[in-house]
Amino acid sequence: MTTTAIPAEAKRAPAAAPKRRPKREREGAAWVFLSPWVLGAIVLTLLPMAVSLYLSFTDYDLFNPPKWVGLRNYVQMFTEDPRYWRSVVTTLTYVVVAVPLQLALALVVAMALKGMKRGKGFYRSAFYAPSLLGASMSIALVWRAIFNDGGTVDHLLGTGGWVNKPGWALLAVALLTVWQFGAPMVIFLAGLQQIPAELYEAAAVDGAGKWRQFVAVTVPMLSPVLFFNLVLQTIQAFQVFTPAFAVSAGKGGPADSTLVYTMYLYDRGFVASHMGYASAMAWVLLLVIGVVTAVLFRTSRSWVFYASEGDR
Amino acid sequence: MTSTTAARKPVRWGRVALHAGCLAALLVMLYPLAWLLATSLKPADEVIASLNLLPSHLEWSNYKTALDGVNDVSIWRLLGNSLLIAGGAVLGNVISCSLAAYAFARLRFRLRGPLFAFMIATIMLPHHAVLIPQYIIFNQLGLVNTYWPLILPKFLATEAFFVFLIVQFMRGLPRELEEAARIDGCGPFRSFFQVVLPLTRPALITTAIFTFIWTWNDFFTQLIYLFDPDKFTITLALRSFVDASSTSAFGPMFALSVIALLPIVLFFLAFQRFLVEGMASSGLKG
Repeated sequence: MTTTAIPAEAKRAPAAAPKRRPKREREGAAWVFLSPWVLGAIVLTLLPMAVSLYLSFTDYDLFNPPKWVGLRNYVQMFTEDPRYWRSVVTTLTYVVVAVPLQLALALVVAMALKGMKRGKGFYRSAFYAPSLLGASMSIALVWRAIFNDGGTVDHLLGTGGWVNKPGWALLAVALLTVWQFGAPMVIFLAGLQQIPAELYEAAAVDGAGKWRQFVAVTVPMLSPVLFFNLVLQTIQAFQVFTPAFAVSAGKGGPADSTLVYTMYLYDRGFVASHMGYASAMAWVLLLVIGVVTAVLFRTSRSWVFYASEGDR
Repeated sequence: MTSTTAARKPVRWGRVALHAGCLAALLVMLYPLAWLLATSLKPADEVIASLNLLPSHLEWSNYKTALDGVNDVSIWRLLGNSLLIAGGAVLGNVISCSLAAYAFARLRFRLRGPLFAFMIATIMLPHHAVLIPQYIIFNQLGLVNTYWPLILPKFLATEAFFVFLIVQFMRGLPRELEEAARIDGCGPFRSFFQVVLPLTRPALITTAIFTFIWTWNDFFTQLIYLFDPDKFTITLALRSFVDASSTSAFGPMFALSVIALLPIVLFFLAFQRFLVEGMASSGLKG
């Protein structure tokens, strides 16, 4: 890839080996191009990460200097704070419910649209629309009204307002995420279209039915895209905030049932001014997302199939 | 798909069923949007009284109330604030992300491998891990309750997702053009501005549109950085309705919600091809 730069230089001076001077020059140019990113990476990413790690071992309220307390925040979090655990369980439940449902729906719809000749573009755009609008406060407010007492869901199912029931409120939040299945669907669809038709033909010749073709051709060929969607949506789901905030009127209720992790972090840091505690929470979140991603990558070796490895 | 002439009829029925299913799914999906539009035009007493989507008469006064603004701040101010932030973010992301992407995609430099890996890793970095120190930094600089914390980071390519997207796109461009330019004596800067950047336009448009929509929709960052009602964005103004439970405020609240969504809907209608394809290509060619 990058080695193609060398022949170009060699062309200019065929006798000499790849020249040193132009390369240096270009190295300098590279750093000029990179400078905004480097500055951002240092000042807004690395330094803040170090600072938040430090703050996680302190008591800090933004106004007085941070006071070192060692592992106090972590101990308190893990052993003395039921609301913390509540937020952990709530977030995990949300991730486990919302992500698989969303991806399954995205895959089903992408499969349905795949072979369509007419209307595919229309459906694709229409199903994608909620992915853009759904992240807004406007739609989150609509969601609260629809799932509230006297809202549409109450009218249709007679279940009363989900928003006011612990256990159901989180499902309402999760459904808002599932509703935004358009983004992974579009990625699935693009992936499905790259599967060579010959593979299906060969499978059909071997007597494979539709289901067998799906299992033996579609799933393995689509597995890198499936993996990409799974990682991306999982990471995003761990950080859900706006819908939980809106559905619970900013309180995480009823009975803390929609108090997702980031909302509790916001509450501890920016409402209660316990920045040290919130920093400790942020670091645990960072580690958990890191571990989950690593586990996904690790397990992916057994089910993600890369055509370039297997084929030639 | 495999429409052999003999099996034409069953295939066609299958297709009808498919379209029926898709349309039914679409109706359910679009219901919340229809509900929003209908409610924004309903008189107060009909808001939650019935399942009926259609209002008995159109209550335009909801929009009149919404246009009056929130907390004595005019709606134009709120929209202007949102536009300023989103516009600044678009400019920042397009400039800084394309610069960084060019270096990663096309130039050689020491540490390229590790830095690229680091850049990819920051896509997965939860925002909250850097949020509090960033807040403290901006607080020390006296910039909390200004737009700088919302715009400045975008000029430093902090949204690695877009760097990655543009890198992927640039890698697909033919190298010959650049090489020809180099032989003609173009340095990396002219090559970038005159050869690569114009060809990268689709990726830049995708970046611009997504940045605009995500920034416009963003709630969390605005929530922590902005306090003064006259600095509020339209999203934050909607927040003041979050606590309100009285149904008398419902009509104006959803009228305001519709207004807040309008720019996104317009963007979507104008650029859906770029949006959908940009989304699709970002996930592939990995």
